Amino acid sequence: MDLILVNLIDGLVTGLLLFMLSAGLTLIFSMMGVLNFAHASFYMLGAYFAYQISIALGFWMGLLIAPIIVGVLGAGVERYGLRRVHQYGHVPELIFTFGLALLIEELVQFIWGKNQMPYDVPDILNFTAFAISGNSIPAYKIFMIFTSIAIFVGLLYVLTKTRVGMIIQAALSYPRTVEALGHNVPLIFMGVFGVGTALAGVAGVIAGPVLGTFPGMAFVLGSIVFVTIVIGGLGSLWGALAASLLIGWITTFAKSYNIEMENVLNAIGISTPENLSDSVFRDFWSLTSPQIADILPYILMVLILIFRPAGLFGKRSS
Amino acid sequence: MTDQITTDPSKAAQRMRAGSMTLTLAPWVIASVALAILPMVFTNNSALTIMNQMSITIIFALAYNMLLGQGGMLSFGHAVYAGVGGFACMHIMNMSDFFASFPLVILPLFGGLFGMGLAMIVGSFSTRSAGTVFAMISLGVGELIAACSVIIVAFFGGEEGISGDRTYAQPFFGVEFLQQIEVYYLTAAWVVASAALMYLWSRTPVGRMANAVRDNPERAQFLGYSSRWVRFYSFVASGFFAGVAGGLFAINYEILTEENLNTASSGVILLVTFLGGVGFFFGPIIGAIAFTLLQTVLSLSTELWAFYAGVLFLATVMFFPGGFAGLIMMHVPAFRLGKARLLIMPYFKTLLPGAIGLLGLAALVEMTFHYRHAATGDNEMTIFWTTFDSHAILPWIIAGAITVIGLGIAKKTAPALKEAWDEASTLGGVS
Repeated sequence: MDLILVNLIDGLVTGLLLFMLSAGLTLIFSMMGVLNFAHASFYMLGAYFAYQISIALGFWMGLLIAPIIVGVLGAGVERYGLRRVHQYGHVPELIFTFGLALLIEELVQFIWGKNQMPYDVPDILNFTAFAISGNSIPAYKIFMIFTSIAIFVGLLYVLTKTRVGMIIQAALSYPRTVEALGHNVPLIFMGVFGVGTALAGVAGVIAGPVLGTFPGMAFVLGSIVFVTIVIGGLGSLWGALAASLLIGWITTFAKSYNIEMENVLNAIGISTPENLSDSVFRDFWSLTSPQIADILPYILMVLILIFRPAGLFGKRSS
Repeated sequence: MTDQITTDPSKAAQRMRAGSMTLTLAPWVIASVALAILPMVFTNNSALTIMNQMSITIIFALAYNMLLGQGGMLSFGHAVYAGVGGFACMHIMNMSDFFASFPLVILPLFGGLFGMGLAMIVGSFSTRSAGTVFAMISLGVGELIAACSVIIVAFFGGEEGISGDRTYAQPFFGVEFLQQIEVYYLTAAWVVASAALMYLWSRTPVGRMANAVRDNPERAQFLGYSSRWVRFYSFVASGFFAGVAGGLFAINYEILTEENLNTASSGVILLVTFLGGVGFFFGPIIGAIAFTLLQTVLSLSTELWAFYAGVLFLATVMFFPGGFAGLIMMHVPAFRLGKARLLIMPYFKTLLPGAIGLLGLAALVEMTFHYRHAATGDNEMTIFWTTFDSHAILPWIIAGAITVIGLGIAKKTAPALKEAWDEASTLGGVS
């Protein structure tokens, strides 16, 4: 029971972190209809900028400034890169963001080198918040949870309750009409792109100390983020939240409980073959859940795409 | 993405092209002869290795373009089909009795069949829609199979991959493929055969319908074609040729690892194909040749080659979505109008300073990299055959000046180039 609680908290941290990335990505997708492959790269940039700033000004200034820089960069990419490529169609746009992701990774290696940066949890948060029967929960995890929730609530408030949010939502569905009403739609698009990437930047700033700040960090999380928004339903904020939490919990639980395929198969009535070590399926029989924890999201995504292509909460038909 | 040039029956040369086989055969004959002669020009082993690599990449890129260029399907996991084909070939190589019963020459065929088999399974659900959903499924399946390679050790060999020996096959007219040059001719033969088959495929009604479905699936449906099945056929054919490429990889390197399957390899093939140009059949060929050269030559001389490749790729997507092939085909009207020579001088005036300026920029980048990452005390660096101290101010000034002046001249002469371009590619006026 205690272990379940600890895993629930761990999964929540992972899930909310994923959500901060997928929220921005899904906003950008519903706006332009294009998956931003470079989204996780902005997350990485957030971590690196925050590290650089934290050397000079401390962690909190990093948390404040780094996302702004990332957001401005993102807006610049939209304004000078994507808008240009947009005229060629959707596939070149996807390819553009894909290339951008490659380039940002190379750029980060160029500036900061290939090693992990010593970007650490600030001292003020470096203590144990509480313990559940011997499993200590660091305060930083609680901080991550609250930051993510605060951002989600703020985002939801802005999008649904304020005038700006209304205009954005309208521009997502009927850009032409909103433009005809006198709003600067390209500016809105640029702004949403900037805010989306800034959110990814925030995620990077707070994840950098825990998950490590290294050039591969975008790659590690990048494809999982797409998986998340595809599972949740492209363009759906609630779907992104649900899918993020789902993935966070599935992977955490799969890693902490060692479920063996042999036991599962025996339980459903298939007996272990006699000479297992010679069998072609020996690897299949010896599968364990920690082994496949990292590919579970992909399996889930493929299944979702086959059986419910719109995703869990998606409305838009493919 | 530009379409094929339409033929104009009023011109004799084009009437020939539309009707007879002589003109359409010419490039194939030239390419085959060139492939046969090349190893006599570049005799050393490293050149042979590069050319083998190139040939394999050509087949793979052409197969990829069957999806991206001709079918409009963007795949982020196409390395999987080549990889699985390669792994299957590797296992066949290790089945000594079966492997000894046929010549090595037909081994890639098995790779192709396995790639095709996998493509049939995946394609049965992934080709229902194109666009983002297809791209996402391809990414998911790609990641899945790449991750499986570490888990399913029996087939993929885990971390160290699996290796074999190609020479155990039945000798082919006495050739045992011990030497690199023999493998080269095998690969070259497969390149010509596969490229020809893929070209012919693009001329069949299925290939033509793939274009139609790419451009307007709804209308294709109204004409009575199921866009899903058209996509499925392209996908399966593409999987077959990707598997052939994988089989050739197995023959050439005699080892396959997880690296042949992962997303990075899939990304590279996308890069190659797009650089070459997806709008034309020969685009991926140019892309494969250029990229392999870039990779081998540049990676020998700089650590930053992936960075340059990334910049080149982004610049291509942003400014020349037609790729190299698109750039080349842009000049066809000028040649046809007989005004191509108008372009020579403006090109010379703009591109040469531009290239020099870019080289200066690259020098600056290299110097910055050296300044930041070289071991302390190691101040000497060598670029463009000159050795100097990267911490001194003078080289920075020189490189900066070259960059500014080169790019400045290019910028200044660019309007003249544009004028000449407009002049050369429009009808009428003095030529």
